[in-house]
Amino acid sequence: MTAIVPSEVQSRPTRTVPLALRAAPLGYAALLGVGLVAPFFVYPVFLMKVLCFGLFACAFNLLLGYVGLLSFGHAAFYGSAAYATAYAAKAWGAPPLSVIFFGMLAAGLLGSAIGAIAIRRQGIYFAMITLALAQMFYFFCMQVPFTGGEDGIQAVPRGTLLGLFDLRDTLTLYFFVFALFLAGFLLVGRAIHSPLGQVLKAIRENELRAVSLGYKPDQYKLIAFILSATLSGLAGALHALVFQLASLTDVHWSLSGEVVLMTLLGGLGTEYGPLAGALILVTLEQYLAPFGAWVTVAQGACFVLCVLVFRRGVAGALGDWRRRRRAGLRAHSAAERPD
Amino acid sequence: MGIPIQAWFGQLTIGLINGAFYALLSLGLAVIFGLLNIVNFAHGALYMMGAFVAWFLLTYGGLGYGWALVLAPLAVAALGMLCERTLLRRLASLDPLYGLLLTFGLALVIQGLFRNAFGSSGQPYRIPQALQGGWNLGFMVLPIYRGWVIVFSATVCALTWFAIERTKLGAYLRAATENPALVRAFGINVPRLITLTYGLGTGLAALAGVLAAPIYQVNPLMGEELIIVVFAVVVIGGMGSILGSIVTGFALGVLEGLTKVLYPEASNTVIFVLMALILLWRPTGLFGKSA
Repeated sequence: MTAIVPSEVQSRPTRTVPLALRAAPLGYAALLGVGLVAPFFVYPVFLMKVLCFGLFACAFNLLLGYVGLLSFGHAAFYGSAAYATAYAAKAWGAPPLSVIFFGMLAAGLLGSAIGAIAIRRQGIYFAMITLALAQMFYFFCMQVPFTGGEDGIQAVPRGTLLGLFDLRDTLTLYFFVFALFLAGFLLVGRAIHSPLGQVLKAIRENELRAVSLGYKPDQYKLIAFILSATLSGLAGALHALVFQLASLTDVHWSLSGEVVLMTLLGGLGTEYGPLAGALILVTLEQYLAPFGAWVTVAQGACFVLCVLVFRRGVAGALGDWRRRRRAGLRAHSAAERPD
Repeated sequence: MGIPIQAWFGQLTIGLINGAFYALLSLGLAVIFGLLNIVNFAHGALYMMGAFVAWFLLTYGGLGYGWALVLAPLAVAALGMLCERTLLRRLASLDPLYGLLLTFGLALVIQGLFRNAFGSSGQPYRIPQALQGGWNLGFMVLPIYRGWVIVFSATVCALTWFAIERTKLGAYLRAATENPALVRAFGINVPRLITLTYGLGTGLAALAGVLAAPIYQVNPLMGEELIIVVFAVVVIGGMGSILGSIVTGFALGVLEGLTKVLYPEASNTVIFVLMALILLWRPTGLFGKSA
């Protein structure tokens, strides 16, 4: 049977554009504005770290927030791309765009292998399987010679973009990273609002019903997994260029935990939430860095609090507040006009 | 093959010991999963706490290994039950993934606190007097303590299996796993049963920690890598069966030990590779029931 895409086009709402889509251009414009101005006020390297982790969290959220699959092994994709990028840049001296593409390719391939195995189970098993496979990849990275073992790949050259822009300049690098971040972020947004995204949400809500409607959940899950892995790879590749380093930290399970926390903290299944979560967590780590293992304690406490009382995250809470306010205003204006 | 027989048997005992820890931990995970429907990510941290309680007892209380075997599991189980009552219970009606995330957070908190207090280097714990030395079996010298760990943990596993599969309390537990609402309608206090079950699972983890203390050093990080391997063990065995998790635990420990002799580079990853292969062949695991 050929994989004919079912008549998804019809599932698109015909006239009423969803609220999120109407607000989208405004949000994107605000993001663009803030991103262009921010490096003149905040340390650009810090911002680039936020952008890398933000993109990572958005890619992760595509899977958890929209398909309902909790991957506990996303560091493998981030780290594999970081290693591939660093290796290509250092050993072959390839230009920046090629090395980033190479990194994304590595993450995508690893994602299709891990994804194909992991989607055979659901729920918590899915989480445990991705964690175990990512741990396997961690040991692999520790043993093979080209990753540099405990030292990692250091002093990665950033290169010159298209032979014109020298990326050793921090501000130039920032705008390069920001542009690629935006591309990735918009792609995630596009995927969410596309017919593909609708099917993914349908699978999340009720997989059996999606099957009975003629969709093949496994294919869609795998597509989402590979997309998520590849975009995580983009984030990891940028990370390697910014910090000129790819090391075992990038593939360690604690990074997989961090990206879960960023997404949870920012708001599961929201477009901007993961970005907010990344900003909060990177800031937190920056300030707690001198206190050693207290970072871990703080992260753990954040997890516990989020799960117990703050399950909808920053973006979710903000949305609730705005909805309440709008409802309040409506009630207020209705009370003033008693007719 | 050119590999001396001592190497084979040496790795076989180490494999059996690791297998004993895998079995105790995955048994606890399986029992907790059955009734609470959550995967207890804090299991590795509780195993580490068990070892630390033993070390505290010896260093500050002067209480030796025998006391630790009893008191450490009780103390950790009490803490576990407290967590269940105050935190996990609130998540009962939610997606099980939240339970996983909550216990992951707890694990981070516990491990972070211990790392702050004790650093990352280990604290030595001496093998108790009575279990020092070794038996000369002719083909190898078996350290008495290692033999003790294997025999003792196999006994504990067998007792747990017996308690769950053959006693009345175990029957309640199995019934509550199948249908908690109905069991509750019969007048059995299911919430208390849940708390006790969580206590049992965490107590088993702490017991494994006490057994491990003299072999590995007592280290804040000793649980965090182990739990990932145990997850793979659980995926291979399938969480549906008590006996299955015990057998799988021991078997995979041995497999890992033997890999260390045959092809040392793969010894870290052999369990994960096996997990991937088993998932391709039988997604529900060796002993798992299809969902």
